[in-house]
Amino acid sequence: MTLPNLDAAFSALADPTRRGILVRLAKGEASVMELAKPFEMTQPAISQHLKVLEDAGLVARRVDGTKRPRRLAKAGIEAMDQWLAMLRKALEKNYDRLDEVLAGMERPTIKTTTKTMRGENR
Amino acid sequence: MSKLTLKTEGDTHVIVTRRFAASPEAVYRAHTDPKLIQKWLLGPEGWTMPVCINEARRGGKIRYEWTNGKGRGFYLTGEYLELEPYNRILHIERMHLPDPTPDNHVETRFDADGTGTLMTVRMTLPDAQTREAMLATGMDRGMEASYTRLEGMI
Repeated sequence: MTLPNLDAAFSALADPTRRGILVRLAKGEASVMELAKPFEMTQPAISQHLKVLEDAGLVARRVDGTKRPRRLAKAGIEAMDQWLAMLRKALEKNYDRLDEVLAGMERPTIKTTTKTMRGENR
Repeated sequence: MSKLTLKTEGDTHVIVTRRFAASPEAVYRAHTDPKLIQKWLLGPEGWTMPVCINEARRGGKIRYEWTNGKGRGFYLTGEYLELEPYNRILHIERMHLPDPTPDNHVETRFDADGTGTLMTVRMTLPDAQTREAMLATGMDRGMEASYTRLEGMI
């Protein structure tokens, strides 16, 4: 991906409705009407979002009679993968910190006697 | 190599698994002791949790407040439904951005796995759209971290 495309893709992804459209399209091709429904938006409003996604190379259209069903473009699939990877990364950061917290915690005693909270504190 | 898995299931679930080199008791405590939670449940670099309320009992309240120290922040509230020390937690949570998101039912299991723990977090959202919005919110925070990294590279 060249840098300008990456910029367009990132700004296209910076809107929750457009991300929702990509998530929907990840399940398969859909008409504009089908895409508009869950977002409670007008078709022109959805078409505007679709145009941004198409310009960014994330969504492609097909001609089917009078219909123009949309699907994820290859770049769109990669953007979705990147999206989940980033979410995973944020979670990983938390759990890496938790690893350190756990390493620093007192090792629980072998005995399974119930301890009070006070007893657990240093 | 990543120890974490993140996947969607059906229309309304998100499943996260992670292994830890500590006992289920320790991992459970790190999820229910405010002093410990404040050390790790922070998201991207630079965020802190100045307010951490975690009443680990049935009906107990949860409230986490995060800030990036630059005027941005949000908070989460929740309630405990069931706790089985050191094995399972069932709670409800919602983000306030500042409007509350629909309730997320979260079941967290801590299963002994060799000398460590396999933690499985199963989130259930009310509908597919809410789940998608939640994943998108996670991305907002992840993206901020990635933008910060990008800034560092330029």
